[in-house]
Amino acid sequence: MDGLSEFLNMGGYAPFVWPSFGATVAIMAVLLVVSLRTLKRNQAALDALKDRENGADEA
Amino acid sequence: MKRIDYLANPTRFMRLAAVLTPWMGWATVLLAAVGLYLAFFVAPPDYQQGESVRIMYVHVPTSWMALFCYVSMAVAAATGLIWKHPVADLVAKCTAPVGAAFCFLALLTGSLWGKPMWGTYWVWDARLTSMLILLFLYLGYIALVNAFDDPARGAKASSILVLVGVVNVPIIKFSVDWWNTLHQPASVIKMGGPSIHPTMLWPLLLMALAFTTYYVWVLMVRVRGEIIANKIRVLRLKQVHG
Repeated sequence: MDGLSEFLNMGGYAPFVWPSFGATVAIMAVLLVVSLRTLKRNQAALDALKDRENGADEA
Repeated sequence: MKRIDYLANPTRFMRLAAVLTPWMGWATVLLAAVGLYLAFFVAPPDYQQGESVRIMYVHVPTSWMALFCYVSMAVAAATGLIWKHPVADLVAKCTAPVGAAFCFLALLTGSLWGKPMWGTYWVWDARLTSMLILLFLYLGYIALVNAFDDPARGAKASSILVLVGVVNVPIIKFSVDWWNTLHQPASVIKMGGPSIHPTMLWPLLLMALAFTTYYVWVLMVRVRGEIIANKIRVLRLKQVHG
């Protein structure tokens, strides 16, 4: 346990080290998730549009 | 030019991007895991800076990526302007948010490293100010490229902005040599090779590689999203006019 708290303490620099890594991971994760969601939403919209077009052709 | 011409076809690009995407994802996870392990458990604390030196393993790679993304954007913008390459404009547009994120992170982590080491979060010196200008260039580009109803006109105007802004890149790189600054000079990319110990160099390079594959990963996802959005635009127009 002592080893862990010593590691987390980062020699007293914890308030600077952890926010640096935390912000990097958080911002990169958010950007990735937003990009993936946009791709998925656009793909769904395109599929719906094509379905409607095919439906209109048959009618 | 043959390679680039090959990718100018959006359908071919879509196929390649779909194959590449998962590989880039796994490469990012793997490289980051090994890089973080080395950064926290193998790399020694600095004899002057103690454990705070670990901030370097995100600060330096994010700063490199902020510049790398800008140069990639400039190459894509030039390709789009000169050869009217449809995918090149999309690559420039989709690189911008990634580069802006890296640039913001470079400034943030630099500020968090500056406080304990320099005694201040911010100074208006050449390196820091030119990096802040890079962030504004990214944000200005993003605002401009989205400001037009016609994507082709937006791409043209914003590509010119990117190319003018390239002048800032060498200013950032050499700012630590040309002006007096609190920021330390280059210790990895310089004449005569790196002057940093391998136990610190390796995690640095692995993190930089992880961020590079992350960039390609997000880029592929975003460009695919844009190509699909273009198809939607064309289909809607056809439905309105047909």
